[in-house]
Amino acid sequence: MTAAIVAQGLVKRYGETTALNGFDLEVAEGTVLGLLGPNGAGKTTAVRVFATLIEPDAGHAEVAGLDVVRQARQVRQTIGLSGQYAAVDEMLTGQENLELLGRLHHLGRRGARSRAWELLERFGLTEAANRRLKEYSGGMRRRLDLAGALVARPKVLILDEPTTGLDIRSREATWETVGELVSGGSTLLLTTQYLEEADRFADRIAVIEHGAVLAGGTPDELKNQVGGHRLEVTLSRPADLSRARSVLASVSAGEPVSDAEGHLSVTVTAADGVLVDGIRRLDAAGIEVVDASLRRPTLDDVFLALTGRIVEPPIESSSEKEAQEVVR
Amino acid sequence: MSSLVWAVGDGMVLAKRNLIRTLRMPDLFMSSLIMPIMSTLLFAYIFGSAIEAPGVSYREFLLAGVFVQTVVFNSVITGAGLAEDIQRGIVDRFRSLPISPYSVLFGRTASDLANNVLSLAVMVLAGLLVGWRIDSSFGEGVAGLLLLLAFAYALSWLLAVVGLSVRAPEVVSNASFMVIMPMSFIANTYVSPEGFPGPLRVIAEWNPVSAVAQAARELFGNTNPAYPPGDTWPLQNPIVASIGWIVLILVIFVPLATHRYRKAVRR
Ligand SMILES: Nc1ncnc2c1ncn2[C@@H]1O[C@H](COP(=O)(O)OP(=O)(O)OP(=O)(O)O)[C@@H](O)[C@H]1O
Ligand SMILES: [Mg+2]
Repeated sequence: MTAAIVAQGLVKRYGETTALNGFDLEVAEGTVLGLLGPNGAGKTTAVRVFATLIEPDAGHAEVAGLDVVRQARQVRQTIGLSGQYAAVDEMLTGQENLELLGRLHHLGRRGARSRAWELLERFGLTEAANRRLKEYSGGMRRRLDLAGALVARPKVLILDEPTTGLDIRSREATWETVGELVSGGSTLLLTTQYLEEADRFADRIAVIEHGAVLAGGTPDELKNQVGGHRLEVTLSRPADLSRARSVLASVSAGEPVSDAEGHLSVTVTAADGVLVDGIRRLDAAGIEVVDASLRRPTLDDVFLALTGRIVEPPIESSSEKEAQEVVR
Repeated sequence: MSSLVWAVGDGMVLAKRNLIRTLRMPDLFMSSLIMPIMSTLLFAYIFGSAIEAPGVSYREFLLAGVFVQTVVFNSVITGAGLAEDIQRGIVDRFRSLPISPYSVLFGRTASDLANNVLSLAVMVLAGLLVGWRIDSSFGEGVAGLLLLLAFAYALSWLLAVVGLSVRAPEVVSNASFMVIMPMSFIANTYVSPEGFPGPLRVIAEWNPVSAVAQAARELFGNTNPAYPPGDTWPLQNPIVASIGWIVLILVIFVPLATHRYRKAVRR
């Protein structure tokens, strides 16, 4: 399989800040890559390099086999970009905005018009088609901006937080449209804050922090990296917590995490029978359990484990964060 | 060759977008019509009646100056418009499209030229109303107006560089006025620079605005022996000097604006 997007050792500095610091990436043609990372990790900066908006200080990047610096013009012919903030013209109507982009993609007057209507329909904006963007809600703007990225049916689609600020229906509609494009052979690079979305829609995920990729792989690979399943129990009497901790220590692979309300969570080594075993042991110790579950690690766990480890070296604060996560 | 055709075509598409925007902001649009009318009337009545001169009236001498100053001030719109597009991320979007940087800048300057045509038209009408006349031929009169437009167009590129460098739209008009205020006043726009103190006089005599104002006066037949142009070369040969300035400004600022545009990203 050929790579649609390649980055090797990208470096981008803004004064004192190093936004990209040896960023490597490879996205296979026809696949979806989700770029995850905390605020300020460098996601938008990477997106801007691929979209030819900024030139890296060092390193090398290619989109569809074209160098983003030396062949910027050809790269622009193959990409569709929707940036982190909607880039729409407030004074133009939705239809005019899309038609303008169609004209600039040289679809011709008629081609641009029909493509605009197609996309307006796709994104549920036909009724707002003749209203100016300044009268659009935030989510409508976002949808129009996304539609703008699709005008030329790009081979490589680059979306920076495409679904932030969208309601569930719009998010689903977005994924449907984008999914069709990808099944038609296009490649998608997206950044997102919604981990469950990345889990569902991305073929591969790259977790980025401080301008470099910490880990990459399929969602399953990443989850396995974080470790096994989690056993979560809720005690009816929070006072039993410390006893419960020592009881469960025998089945856990790591330090149990708990909070004052009686929630307890431990990473377990083997999934088979551990749920029943754990409850039996607690029961034998006379500890009453109101809820118990065994769950696979989520991308949230991956994200926390990977970025938490780097951002907050002391174990204390990272387990505190995990504890909050468990409560949720 | 064909890429040039595309660049011009894309530029026209973008110019149309800019014009639609202007028309949809009625307060902005009205003020761009009222401002030139107001300057014409104010200057004509306040200064024009204060200073008496033999032959051609001071009012007639003055109006070419008002015309030049208005189109110079209008060029601020170019920089402000670009800065606004950068801030709203529109330039990011345009820069991710397969269009030439010239298209965007050409589109911008072209729509500002259209704006200047309109300004000049209302000023000519207001001028005729207060007694200003083209005392030469029709052809020369038209040439004078075209020269003013060409100069305004060149300045748009200069102010585009300001807009692309400063970026925050709020700052652009201040930064622009720092360029164009001295440029339009240390000149022969309203008075003959004869009486200016030493260095100011030199600046005024070599100021492109002076050359253009003087050229317009000559072409309109509004020269007045009471306000001699001065004997430096550009003011003795104002038409050639004006064309020279216009070409020079374009040669410097078209590439500079393009270079700046290629680097412009929203922050
Ligand atoms: N134009 C700029 N000037 C100065 N610093 C910048 C600029 N753009 C980005 N940075 C810095 O580079 C780093 C990476 O920023 P970037 O926008 O790529 O992060 P991000 O991962 O997209 O974050 P978020 O999730 O908040 O969108 C940050 O520290 C940011 O402050
Ligand atoms: Mg970002």
